[in-house]
Amino acid sequence: MTTTDPYAGERLKRTAFYARAKELNIRDAWAAWNGYKFAEYYYDAEYEYFCVRNTCATYDICPMQKYEIKGRDAEAMLNRMVTRDVKKIGLNRVAYCVWCTDEGRMIDDGTIFKLADDRFMLTCGSPCTAWLEMSVFGFDDVTVTDVTDDIAALSLQGPTSCATLKKMGLQGIDTAKPFDILYFPFQGDTLMVSRTGFTGDLGYELWIKKDLAIEMWDELYAAGDDYGIQPFGEAATNMARLEAAFIMPAMEFNEALRTVNFEHDQTPFELSLGWLVDFKKPHFSGRSALLKEKQRGPKYTLTKLDIEGNRPAAGSYIYSSKLCTKEIGYVTSAMWSPSVKANIALAMIKTDYLEGNLWAEIYYEKELRQYSRVARCTRKTKPFWAPARARATPPPDH
Amino acid sequence: MNRPKQQETNEYDSIIIGAGHNGLVCAAYLAKSGKRVLVLEAADTSGGLAASREFHPGFHASVAHSLSHFSSKVASDLKLSEYGYAATSKTLATIGLRTEKEPVVVHAGSLDGVSAADAASYQEFTRLTQRFAKLLQPFWLKTIPRIANASLSETLTMGRLGLNMRMLGKKDMREFMRIATLPARDLMDEFFDDDLLKAVLSWDGLVGSERAPRSPNGAVLALLYRMGGESRGEHRVPTGGVSGLIDALSASATALGAEIRCSSPVSRVVIDGNADGLIATGVELADGEKLAADRIISATDPQRTFLKLVGVEHLEIGFTNRIRRLRCNGYVAKLHLALNDLPEFNGLKQHDGRMIIAPDMDTMEFAFDAAKYGECPTRPVMEVLIPSVHDAALAPDGQHVLSAHVMYVPHEMQGGWTDDARDLMCERAIDTLAEYAPRIREQIIHREFLTPQDLEKDYRVTGGHWHHAEFALDQMLMMRPTYEAAQYSTPIPGLYLCGAGCHPGGDITGAAGHNAASEILR
Repeated sequence: MTTTDPYAGERLKRTAFYARAKELNIRDAWAAWNGYKFAEYYYDAEYEYFCVRNTCATYDICPMQKYEIKGRDAEAMLNRMVTRDVKKIGLNRVAYCVWCTDEGRMIDDGTIFKLADDRFMLTCGSPCTAWLEMSVFGFDDVTVTDVTDDIAALSLQGPTSCATLKKMGLQGIDTAKPFDILYFPFQGDTLMVSRTGFTGDLGYELWIKKDLAIEMWDELYAAGDDYGIQPFGEAATNMARLEAAFIMPAMEFNEALRTVNFEHDQTPFELSLGWLVDFKKPHFSGRSALLKEKQRGPKYTLTKLDIEGNRPAAGSYIYSSKLCTKEIGYVTSAMWSPSVKANIALAMIKTDYLEGNLWAEIYYEKELRQYSRVARCTRKTKPFWAPARARATPPPDH
Repeated sequence: MNRPKQQETNEYDSIIIGAGHNGLVCAAYLAKSGKRVLVLEAADTSGGLAASREFHPGFHASVAHSLSHFSSKVASDLKLSEYGYAATSKTLATIGLRTEKEPVVVHAGSLDGVSAADAASYQEFTRLTQRFAKLLQPFWLKTIPRIANASLSETLTMGRLGLNMRMLGKKDMREFMRIATLPARDLMDEFFDDDLLKAVLSWDGLVGSERAPRSPNGAVLALLYRMGGESRGEHRVPTGGVSGLIDALSASATALGAEIRCSSPVSRVVIDGNADGLIATGVELADGEKLAADRIISATDPQRTFLKLVGVEHLEIGFTNRIRRLRCNGYVAKLHLALNDLPEFNGLKQHDGRMIIAPDMDTMEFAFDAAKYGECPTRPVMEVLIPSVHDAALAPDGQHVLSAHVMYVPHEMQGGWTDDARDLMCERAIDTLAEYAPRIREQIIHREFLTPQDLEKDYRVTGGHWHHAEFALDQMLMMRPTYEAAQYSTPIPGLYLCGAGCHPGGDITGAAGHNAASEILR
């Protein structure tokens, strides 16, 4: 018997963990990411957020783009593409990177996993195939393979994450330093674990062959039962990453290759990612434009704000005075942070005005009526949330 | 990487890669203003596609066999007449051969062998095209403005183009804007009835390009470009053949102090880096020798320059992609025949013209159709010259050389360019010739057929393309070869371009070499 689905090509794909995720998604709160059916939240976004901060929780990162980059010239090719020095990434280490157009505008950010001297994995939020294809051209020995569908990936984040993995039998996981990669035997295959994440807290990402995804999930959830394990979706991720002051595409930055209007994309310097741009390494794409940007100073600077009151400043303009006469920037992300107990935001502010007074004009609704207030903003230099356990090796036990 | 630039004085101010005519012109101008110039040529003789070769004992030919618009300013600036280049040699008749009747002869503004109506239309056709060619003529010897951030002189160049267009008057200006990008076929159909005449008059808008009569995007502009010299597009064979010009250029450059070194293939441009970025500091030869200079100027084609000699690791990704997608597949093959006697063409009395074998525009179109899908055309079209009529030294006494540009022959041949494929294409070209010169086969002593791929290999020019990159709207003016490299400088300080891949384009004009030198000396 054959049934033909006329919408087959239009339907969202299911990730390797779907069989488990659908049982736990009791609100049926699905969204989409790169063509995959993907949880906005499972039960309640705030509850999931508190699990990330207080116990541990899993985030399905199967839809994230993963490219295997292999060959004698893989390192040289990547080094010319990204702004960091790939040569400095140690074996079995991960590095956060950005890559830019010729004009120094940011295309995307992502992580590079150095798996061997001639083998890397690049992950990023949205497909980058066309740019990679252009970047590979001219190098003799390098191949790029999209392995997004072959590898199941699950992020485990929160203070009890290490304890959960130990309970699962991953001996020595507590020796992993931030950005380390470790390997463990798993059902005759290999489970790769990196100490990475997008929550600013202690956390790991688990990488396994797609066929073993469910077995891995089950073992992890069995081990995590006593440690408060719970799945979390996009909404809780967005809260956690904002506390850590991590940037999101389509929030803090507009991918350069998808930007139509002039300079509606951003440079790494504007995003306060200048530390990722290494002018001492060999030539990389966008270098001369970025050098000029560095010398001239960025037009805007992504700034961490602590805003008085408790009304999130989502979508607010930033002004140089309480009278709101001179507009000097805009808020990109904002929330009331339960962990920090502060009204926090990220905002793009014209660099020339950074040192002066900053005021946010906040609009909010109360029972169908619109209100506004102008709130004083204080600049923060450190991430809002950066617990010591996120960096400690071994991490505190539970 | 990251080494500071060498501080000691280099032996040379400028190293030019490639002793084609543009490399030589650029070298001569730079030497003329006191620069120490070294020209490095991979082949054992200078001239590139204009160099003369002995293709059979006693028989000589060059790939380029005539000149249509070599710059008279370059000739006089470099005093080429003192070195044997005669700028005043008579122009060649362009002759459309017929198998039976009298040919069509276009020469010095007159037209024979067609109806009175076509002859009358020809007057209006020449009036317009010569007017338009004159309009564009000043811009071939100027740097074309950047799209943004143009300098004052560049802005004036653009302003002058606008003014010149306006000076045409409303009627002709509108006509210019209308026909500038017309396919050759539409233009010819508007003016003429005679099929052969249409093919002959469209020839110079199409030859050397990836373009047939029905192709839009540049046939008329290419035609006007070729009409931009003082002979208004009529071709000439200079004294000593096209390589006579090369000899004069080499002699002039050498006399001005430039050094020309042949058999010295460059394997890469040496790029150094410091905190400010990359800089071109020298070249490395195939034998490992390294030579340093303040400026490296490439006369080779843009793809070869950037992708092979510089290397993508020194370039931005977007820029590399624009160089990579340059259209540079050649569609012209070269046929050289050593003949035991002067060939006899039906109805032709004189052999000193430029003979076009293309009975009508459909034949051209069908030949292109085959070639663009990687096949050999069954009926190729061609431009035939007997260079030995102009210069007896090219062949032994009483014997002759036939030189033909054969179109359309693909660079990418289905199944590859095997010896069999080359022989088949050569046979078809000779079969076609034999329709017009029935005794030709008996006269052949030796034949040589160079496909675009042979030209690529033998002359180190990407795609075997005459113009290094297709001469078409998308690759013209400030887009030639691409923005950020269209003003002879490149994204890498110290590295310049001076070849046909730059504005204004290909053919033997000297304009790119001249403009590059002006830009470098500015």
